[in-house]
Amino acid sequence: MATTLADDLRPLHHPKTWIGKYVWSQDHKVIAVQYGVTAVGIGLVALVLSVLMRLQLGFPGSVPWIQPENYLQLVSMHGMIMVVYLLTALLLGGFGNYLIPLMVGARDMVFPYVNMLSYWVYLLSVIVLVAGFFVPGGATGAGWTLYPPQAITEGTPGYSWGIVSMLVSLAIFIIAFTMGGLNYVTTVLQARCKGMTLMRMPLSVWGIFTASIMGLLAFPALFVAAIMMLLDHLAGTSFFMPTLFSFGQTTDTVGGNPILFQHLFWFFGHPEVYIVALPAFGIVSDLISVHARRNIFGYRMMVWAIVIIGGLSFLVWAHHMYVSGMNPYFGFFFAISTLVIAIPTAIKVYNWLLTLWRGDIHLRVPMLFAIAFIFTFIHGGLTGLFLGNVSVDVPLSDTYFVVGHFHMVMGVSPVLVIFGAIYHWYPKMTGRMWNKTLGQMHFWFTFLGTYAIYMPMHYIGILGVPRRYFALGETAFIPDSVAIANAGITIAAIVVFLAQGLFFINMIWSLFRGPKADPNPWGAASLEWQTPDTPPVHGNWGPKLPTVYRWAYDYSVPRPERDFIPQNEPPA
Amino acid sequence: MSIFSRLSEKSWETPGNQGMADPEDYRPDAVTVGVYVYFGVATIIFTLMAAAYLVRQGMDTLMDHGIDGSDWAAMPEPLLLWINTGILAVSSLAFELARISARSGAAGRMETMTKLGGLLGLAFLVGQLILWRQFQAQGYFMAANPANAFFYLLSAAHGLHLAGGLYACGRTVGLMANGAEEARARRNVRLCAIYWHFFLVVWALLVALLVAT
Ligand code: HEM
Ligand SMILES: [Cu+2]
Repeated sequence: MATTLADDLRPLHHPKTWIGKYVWSQDHKVIAVQYGVTAVGIGLVALVLSVLMRLQLGFPGSVPWIQPENYLQLVSMHGMIMVVYLLTALLLGGFGNYLIPLMVGARDMVFPYVNMLSYWVYLLSVIVLVAGFFVPGGATGAGWTLYPPQAITEGTPGYSWGIVSMLVSLAIFIIAFTMGGLNYVTTVLQARCKGMTLMRMPLSVWGIFTASIMGLLAFPALFVAAIMMLLDHLAGTSFFMPTLFSFGQTTDTVGGNPILFQHLFWFFGHPEVYIVALPAFGIVSDLISVHARRNIFGYRMMVWAIVIIGGLSFLVWAHHMYVSGMNPYFGFFFAISTLVIAIPTAIKVYNWLLTLWRGDIHLRVPMLFAIAFIFTFIHGGLTGLFLGNVSVDVPLSDTYFVVGHFHMVMGVSPVLVIFGAIYHWYPKMTGRMWNKTLGQMHFWFTFLGTYAIYMPMHYIGILGVPRRYFALGETAFIPDSVAIANAGITIAAIVVFLAQGLFFINMIWSLFRGPKADPNPWGAASLEWQTPDTPPVHGNWGPKLPTVYRWAYDYSVPRPERDFIPQNEPPA
Repeated sequence: MSIFSRLSEKSWETPGNQGMADPEDYRPDAVTVGVYVYFGVATIIFTLMAAAYLVRQGMDTLMDHGIDGSDWAAMPEPLLLWINTGILAVSSLAFELARISARSGAAGRMETMTKLGGLLGLAFLVGQLILWRQFQAQGYFMAANPANAFFYLLSAAHGLHLAGGLYACGRTVGLMANGAEEARARRNVRLCAIYWHFFLVVWALLVALLVAT
């Protein structure tokens, strides 16, 4: 049997040296921080890339070395890093690692060694990815979707080496994720403490758990696609490469099917949206419930909705391919399935609102971010309903409307939750509180700033401004006012970018100077706040594992001493 | 309890945990669950590759790109393919016997059968390499035709999975020498057997795909 289930602290291998504790660590909490720091680090690179793009778009020519090729490289690297290397890694590798064992009452992940490997392999994938900037020809400029034949055909930036680095890095990332994902899923299934039934798990765990299963089933599609494209590129096969005319000559590839790549890519790509969304859904439910002092409205429905969304999201992928010339009946099917997903999603939104309704709302910084998420998510979800319809999507496809849509729904929304979650759990992770004023300033700059950035994008998208364009040039249908909008967006983006400094200053300052945190400063009922030590030590629970007697949402109970009942408190 | 009744628990109504068993008493062990979860991953990988195979093969009917007919030229099925398949089946059988011995506590036979299964598995992999060489010698290069490319891709993916299995099986044999680890060794033998059966079925389906197309 796994030691994690033991009631006594059987030889849980405690490392002695500093390196054993913080570098080659098998402690899920340390691995979580390693994942988190790496993901945020590479995410900052992607953020800088976006500011460079914005400078070019808002003030064309202001960064002289950005030529059209470089712009494409910036777009591609920015998109891929944000989606895969930041959000997926941070939500599952970071929060998944930190929260799962603590929330289900386990000592650690069930396979700590594999967990450690997972992080180091992830780090390797990041290094290979970054190497792409430095190979001859530079990083790939094929867009984050990497569509062949363009991605590996002369004329595309980075078509020779940049794309190799990208594909190899993705393959490595997927191996890392699979090791992590097996751990998260198995830990939830196998290492819950006594009394922790499935329906007593906090929604954060449900979101992360479902997303991990989805990742295990969706990433293989990207893996297969990446390997096949590598073979097309390096071994001369033609899985995806049709006969092409390139520089006046036919290529020696024959008969490949580029649309096949698109199917594989989006079989991964759409679930990926929910792989980052579901953990965010789960976490935000917990933040709202704790800071509104109310049990989450419709807990069971929330769980089911998470599971149903997870399942359905494997049936909608081709809504990204309405303009690929596929059979119109496919479009019909995928439009319907896309709209059906809106139902469980809407249920979740209503339940969040109903949780807030008449709640005892404490507008602390994590709560501000959680509420902001509801705004941006509704916003992005509504534009998604437009784009899900074939006839609306066709004219809007590849315009800034799409850029505005997906940034709202899968860029900004999960990032807001991540901020909220960091503000929320930081006291547990470090034993220190943040500075509130700095946190509030960070919130308002970020929240209002994202609207300043992305709202105008919808309008210029409707005017027809295309995405992935270095410059607009003289285009009859694009009015001059678009240039003003673009300049405004860029200024807002720079302000938001600089405002993130408040977050990092606050984080570092608090780590050393922050006031000591109470073990349970928000009065939360879930298990991770009930650890004997703050921050929790290796093994989490001292000599005896906790026992759970109730769900995680007993708030606002009429008691004199405190208004909540922790999960591990026996019934009176 | 069925998964549905578990998922319909009204956890807010029923605090307490009387009558709940200690999880340690009824849960299968984590490694077993991990292996089963991985089967899900492997199923998806091979299903997607098979789907890609069929789509790519049907290209000429899907899209007219000015070349007459399809460029697909099916691979032959030489005798060696069947020999290898047979070896893999016998290897799986040996693992099954090892598993049965593990259950009945016949430690000696378990060890022999595990070793035999592992050796046969190794023989299968070597056979596959020889098959590749044979194909190369006959001019069935990877880049020459999509059918070839898929064959190499699929058999490599399958072979890598078996190689990983062989590593685990080798470690299990190592465990058997150590008396203290007997329970673990038995569990691992069981898992090796299941793993082998799973990839035997995958291989059989891949061969069926080759033969049918
Ligand atoms: C302040 C933050 C951000 C800014 C200013 C920003 C800006 C941009 C810009 C200017 C583009 C290029 C649009 C084009 O030319 O077509 C872009 C593309 C993209 N961004 Fe962001 N972005 C930000 C954050 C994020 C985040 C958090 C995500 C995570 C999902 C994300 C995902 C993407 C994706 C997937 C693309 C598409 C890349 C492609 O077309 O290949 N972005 N972003
Ligand atoms: Cu989608």
